Amino acid sequence: MTTLTTDPAPAPPADPAPAVRRRRRPAVLHVYTLLLIAWLILPIAIMILFGFNDTHSKQNFRWEGFTLRWYVHLFDKSDLTTALVNSLTIALLSTLITTVIGTLAGLALGRHRFRGKGVTNLVLFMAISCPEIVMGASLLSMFVTFNLPRGYLTILVAHVMFSIAFVAVTVRARVVGLDPAVEEAAQDLGAGPWTRFRLVTLPMIMPGVVAGALLSFVLSIDDFVITNFTSGATVTFPLWIYGSTRTGTPPQVNVMGTLIFAVGVVIAVVSARRSLRASR
Amino acid sequence: MTETQPAPARDDPGRAVPAIELTGVRKAYDAFGETVAAVRGVDLDIAQGEFFSLLGPSGCGKTTTMRMIAGFEEPTAGRVRLHGRDVTGVPANRRDVNMVFQSYALFPHMSVFDNVAFGLRRRGVPKDEIKERVGAMLDIVDLGGRERRRPAALSGGQQQRVALARALVNRPRALLLDEPLGALDLKLRQAMQVELKRIQREVGITFVYVTHDQGEALTMSDRIAVMNEGLIEQLGSPREIYEHPATRFVAGFIGTSNLLGGEVGELAGDRAVISFGPDGRIEVPLRDGTRPAAGERLELTVRPEKICIGPDKPADGLCGVRGTVTEVVYLGTSTNYNVTTSAGDDVVVFLQNATSAEDIAVRGDSVWLSWEPRHSYAIGAAR
Repeated sequence: MTTLTTDPAPAPPADPAPAVRRRRRPAVLHVYTLLLIAWLILPIAIMILFGFNDTHSKQNFRWEGFTLRWYVHLFDKSDLTTALVNSLTIALLSTLITTVIGTLAGLALGRHRFRGKGVTNLVLFMAISCPEIVMGASLLSMFVTFNLPRGYLTILVAHVMFSIAFVAVTVRARVVGLDPAVEEAAQDLGAGPWTRFRLVTLPMIMPGVVAGALLSFVLSIDDFVITNFTSGATVTFPLWIYGSTRTGTPPQVNVMGTLIFAVGVVIAVVSARRSLRASR
Repeated sequence: MTETQPAPARDDPGRAVPAIELTGVRKAYDAFGETVAAVRGVDLDIAQGEFFSLLGPSGCGKTTTMRMIAGFEEPTAGRVRLHGRDVTGVPANRRDVNMVFQSYALFPHMSVFDNVAFGLRRRGVPKDEIKERVGAMLDIVDLGGRERRRPAALSGGQQQRVALARALVNRPRALLLDEPLGALDLKLRQAMQVELKRIQREVGITFVYVTHDQGEALTMSDRIAVMNEGLIEQLGSPREIYEHPATRFVAGFIGTSNLLGGEVGELAGDRAVISFGPDGRIEVPLRDGTRPAAGERLELTVRPEKICIGPDKPADGLCGVRGTVTEVVYLGTSTNYNVTTSAGDDVVVFLQNATSAEDIAVRGDSVWLSWEPRHSYAIGAAR
């Protein structure tokens, strides 16, 4: 980052200076941008790279040459595979449930005035701003109090609980921006409530719903803190990795991380291109 | 499309079953625990094929009235009938009228074709017929060849016409337009006014047009209802409304009018004579059987273009008022004179610059204002 502070031209003294400044500014901006991108991408690049590391020790910290071994033997560690499957199914289920409930909540909050709306907004805000560690601890004491056995189901319940607010808020923002006359127009043209929702409202809030669903999936699949409190004997992908750090994290973890990242990139690119096309 | 319908029977709208009939319609809202009356009792018959305008300032209840016809609001009291059928309580999706919204309210995620076809598809019209009717309607609104575009890719005027086509393609019993030209610039608005009138003649559908723009209402309408504070102040043809404003509000809202007042001196036949100032004299024809007593105060209005201005006392048959010119504004085709009468009223006079090479009077001149008695209109007290 030091190059940044030395690079810009010192305050130009005389007349031709503005031209010089105009020419040099983009260069500074390019350097800054590249540095920022590098800073963001470096940890991911390291993760991907060490998925190809031909390591023979338990640790995977030193580069020992290129191999595709870990891709071939991706599912060799059955407990790791189980953890990954748990994480993926929990994330999918929680996203599904959250998106439905959160979208309905967002619609209600964005469109209607009702008793308890203020309280609902406050609760949503609290769910977003509450420190995870507090939420995890209190969920655990609640499950213990109600004598619920901790496991797959309690993880799912917890994940749905902390993701709903994110979907609701994203959808609400979209709903607030809608012109209510558009739905009235649909009604005017003969569409009943359900047709109206299916053909007009839902497509119009879809970007918000998709964004909320993606957010919910991402929050779920890599949640560690709350999951750790509510998991009981069930192991998820993040929990397994955390446990493995004491003995040595196998390169399969890097490979799985890489694959999850790749899927994320594909989704991001597709949604960006779709929104670009829609705005045209 | 169907052939042009015969001109509506303007003098006798009750002869056939009216396209739209409102009887004793009221609407009150609850706002912060208080009841606010938006519409305070509207009776209205709109004839088949008529271009009918609801005109008034914002908050006068015109949009609420229209929304009750469309079915988006239910009246607190009164009935709404469409072609004789009582539709009070029937939701908008089951009423045979369509609306053009002020914001157009196009479906942003659908193409122009899908937007226009929306209503037909809801009614299960066969695919071939949809294609044909949508195509024909897009031709009428001059948007042929743009079926595949998204609304966002169209200009404001084009979006406006898509909204119009989307409503008209369903061949509704009536088309309701809520300030549809409000978002367009002046030039486009004027072009669309002519266009709307042409389309209305072409399809022969009843148009109910809500606007606060008196020029728009006068240009396009067969009849106008001027609304104020939830009531209809006057209902009539543009000419009637403009030339015979029934109330002080209508006189003030439509065009420029000069309000004069004075005590009735005598009644001469069907005219009241008002002495105005030392030697002024105004005759007011008494219409609708009103018979003010001598000595009663009467208000009247005269349109600025009906008044002549000159140095001499006018002939006996004319109304004459003395005044002093306070301002002369040359406007190219006409000249405006502001005159303060001897009784202190401010009067505006429009004179066409057809022949006069120079101004008839200059600021400070003492002049006579004159007009024919039939151009004075007694108006009711403000409500």
